[in-house]
Amino acid sequence: MAAPGALTSLLLIPTIGALVMLGVPRARRTALFAVALISATLAFVWSLSILGAFEAGKPEMQLVERVPWMPLYGIEYIVGIDGISLFLVLLTTFLMPVAILASWSVREREKEYLFFMLVLETGMLGALVALDLVLFYVFWEVMLVPMYFLIGVWGGPRRIYAAVKFVIYTMAGSLLMLVAIVYLAARHAHAFQTLSFNLLQLYELHLPFHEQLWLFLAFALSFAVKVPLFPLHTWLPDAHVEAPTAGSVILAAILLKMGTYGFLRFAIPLFPDAALAAAPWIVALAVIGVLYGAAVAMMQADIKKLVAYSSVSHLGLVMLGLFALNVQGTQGSLYQMLNHGLSTGALFLLVGMIYDRRHTRMIDEFGGLWNRVPLFSCFLLVVMFSSIGLPGLNGFIGEFLILLGAFGVVPWWTAVAAVGVILGAVYMLWMYRRMIFGPLTRPENQQLRDLNGREILILAPIVALIVLMGVYPQPFLERMRPSVELALSKISTLQSKPVAAGARTPAAEKGDGR
Amino acid sequence: MDVNFVALLPSIQVTVAALAVLLLDTFFKDDEKPLLAWVSLLGVALGIAGAAMLWGSQETAFGGTFLLDNFALFFIQLVLIVAALTIVSSISYVRQTGIYQGEWYALILFATAGSILMVCANDLIVFFLGLETMSISVYVLSGMWRASSRASEAAMKYFVIGAFATGFLLYGIALLYGATGSTALREIAAHLVETQADWPLFLAGGGLLLLIGFAFKVGAVPFHFWIPDVYEGAPTPVTGFMAVAVKAAAFAAWARVLMHELSPLDSEWASPVKLIAILTMTVGNFLAISQTSVKRMLAYSSIAHAGYALVAVVAGEEWGGPALLFYLLAYAPMTFGAFAVVTALSDGPRMREGYGDFAGLALKHPFVALSMAVFMLSLAGFPPLGGFTGKFYVFRAAVNSGHTDLAVIGVLNSLVSVVYYLRVIVKMYMEPGAASAQSFGKAPGLYLAIAAAVITSFYLGILPMQALDWSRNAFLSLY
Repeated sequence: MAAPGALTSLLLIPTIGALVMLGVPRARRTALFAVALISATLAFVWSLSILGAFEAGKPEMQLVERVPWMPLYGIEYIVGIDGISLFLVLLTTFLMPVAILASWSVREREKEYLFFMLVLETGMLGALVALDLVLFYVFWEVMLVPMYFLIGVWGGPRRIYAAVKFVIYTMAGSLLMLVAIVYLAARHAHAFQTLSFNLLQLYELHLPFHEQLWLFLAFALSFAVKVPLFPLHTWLPDAHVEAPTAGSVILAAILLKMGTYGFLRFAIPLFPDAALAAAPWIVALAVIGVLYGAAVAMMQADIKKLVAYSSVSHLGLVMLGLFALNVQGTQGSLYQMLNHGLSTGALFLLVGMIYDRRHTRMIDEFGGLWNRVPLFSCFLLVVMFSSIGLPGLNGFIGEFLILLGAFGVVPWWTAVAAVGVILGAVYMLWMYRRMIFGPLTRPENQQLRDLNGREILILAPIVALIVLMGVYPQPFLERMRPSVELALSKISTLQSKPVAAGARTPAAEKGDGR
Repeated sequence: MDVNFVALLPSIQVTVAALAVLLLDTFFKDDEKPLLAWVSLLGVALGIAGAAMLWGSQETAFGGTFLLDNFALFFIQLVLIVAALTIVSSISYVRQTGIYQGEWYALILFATAGSILMVCANDLIVFFLGLETMSISVYVLSGMWRASSRASEAAMKYFVIGAFATGFLLYGIALLYGATGSTALREIAAHLVETQADWPLFLAGGGLLLLIGFAFKVGAVPFHFWIPDVYEGAPTPVTGFMAVAVKAAAFAAWARVLMHELSPLDSEWASPVKLIAILTMTVGNFLAISQTSVKRMLAYSSIAHAGYALVAVVAGEEWGGPALLFYLLAYAPMTFGAFAVVTALSDGPRMREGYGDFAGLALKHPFVALSMAVFMLSLAGFPPLGGFTGKFYVFRAAVNSGHTDLAVIGVLNSLVSVVYYLRVIVKMYMEPGAASAQSFGKAPGLYLAIAAAVITSFYLGILPMQALDWSRNAFLSLY
């Protein structure tokens, strides 16, 4: 059972690990990795105990801790967890040890590298559990700096360009969000006579539509850059391609989810009227992203770029589900966030493994690998099927729920998005065929070694989860559902308002007729 | 005319220390001169202790023209601490450059005493005396490295332009005196409020000249053009002192005069100051991008930060007052620290100030590079560092006082600033190079000052409550 203070302890574990790391001499490579791996694993075990303590079926925040931080200004240290953040926290703690294991191939300045990894973990976990807007903003920015260093120091040839672009894009969004946060708190103080940045209290505030719209736009810009929503995605391929393997894994699996999480946690429930009004536009951009990402991915010669663009496509689908603004779609999105984290994380890991062997990521450099590296090919097969949503694996559940939820609201856009999903299968299978099947023509590939023990250890848990989440989604969905319903409660009230007021809209009449 | 020694305590302590340094300088042999640093530090430490003891008191001297309240004490502490750090960090610098040590430390102390006079001034004449004491000391400090022609040029420029600004200020004071019959701030303010309907033209002119004089001293656009040359040319420890202590003292005058005494008239001065704030932020940030020297970039960055501080001035006394004080407090360690790192890179006459000189620093001197990274991130406004908290309160003050547009312009400017602050980090961490810096053994004081600035930056970012309380108390003591 998790004790009180469980979430704070969760945040402290990687922080302490990072501080311990500073004391380890840089020459002792094994010790450095041991410290990092132990703290990350400890955090994972601890988060499992949080899962144990989490009461399914309760929509409210659980394990809440409140400590005044700057009481004079209404800023508090409040953390809590609900069905929305629970699994994202678990995803984070689950992938961190994996990412650290996968970093074994890093051979320069390991100390700083691992230090930044652990700081990054603190930042991500903090952003997921923070319930005070200022606290959230602090963690949100804390995530940025380590990622900037990870890309900029340990990245590929164009790493500096990619790192700076990543920071500037993200900052552009988040700084405006900061003004919006301050403005929101000022409005809240005006209405309720208490200074507070507490998210749960700010939910109570109902602002006029035009104010909501501006604030929503400021929040949405920040999150949309992170997702990334078309056309704000251009930093993503650069960052992904240049980042070291573990950096790409974390970026794709967790950081991108921060954007969609932000929409679900902040932008939609805080500004329901604006979200409802903006939904058609965001749905349109999301669907364009689905198609565009898939089309561009199809044309890539570099596997890593292909996976990067597939992220744009997949996250577009997640956004479609979110802005269907109903429980099914949102739940599907949340599920799909986890799926994408697992499958794309694993894809980047596999790309990294083959890159370590051949020092190339060009698809046409490979071919006929099936007989040469059967284990690698099998893992790639499963992960790829998960990514394209094969029934029986996790991706199917998420995509199905999203399409189901969205179809009732925006049938035509959903139909178009479904085409994008099919395209997704096309580019993945095509990539697989070119890499794995056919004759082994290149002599360099004759010498390829198959996965070693460490690599299997990295991939096996992910694949196990992929299968588990595909065949038995119930434990996940039942914990998500109440919180999702709560998050959407304001929206649902708004959607049903015309009926409640007695106005007979065509939709309501149709409903009665059945 | 009453002489209240309690009110004068900090100024007396620092002045006596300065005189002691000058006197001892004639008796000390050359190899004993570094001891003068410790004598000055002792004086500053006594001043800090004295000011800490007086916290909460409200003393006046010289018929109310000199006022020691929490507001003054806040700035006195700030200036004294910066003076102490300047002295500590310049011990190795003056030895390597061959600057006369006795005069160096004495002038730092005189400049400090002048700043103290400025922040205590409740009368324009006392203010002017303090300003001149400080300015003349800093003019000389800028040019004290006689072997460097760049320093002489900077001192000359600073002197000519400073004298020019002083002229504006004095003429403004004279016109105000002519119109209101007093040089005491309170009486001028009372008179102005009374006669708001029909001010004579020369009164408005006097106010404008005063505003211009202030703008010169803090380096607000369009009166900023001297800053880059002077900051770049002056010996780096002096630049740090100018960028922090001199600027803080000048902002104290803004706060006392405009935000407090003249706050009933804010409809008159808010819009011009708002325009100046916007211009200062924007010009500072955009010009900083194109610099090739880190020291010069930091000079432009200090212009930009003066712009953020002016946002707090525009926000007015209720919201902006405490925010301005806290901002100046948070601004001090990061800016001073950044200049201290530039000092650490230089080696006597060899100045390493270009971006290229920072390349590869992280591998050679991890501590110096890490500190610089912290200062850059703090200046750019990343949490959890002091720069973020400072900006947060300033922008919050702007939003709460109805200037959301200023807050938006402010954050967009922060975004622009990220470009050039990150470039330093890129050089230090991501590019190979042969950067070199003073070792700890050669410049322990400098390392100490840098470490103190790093710790303070984190402290103000993570646990700002105490400092916020100080800022609030200080500003409230004006009432």
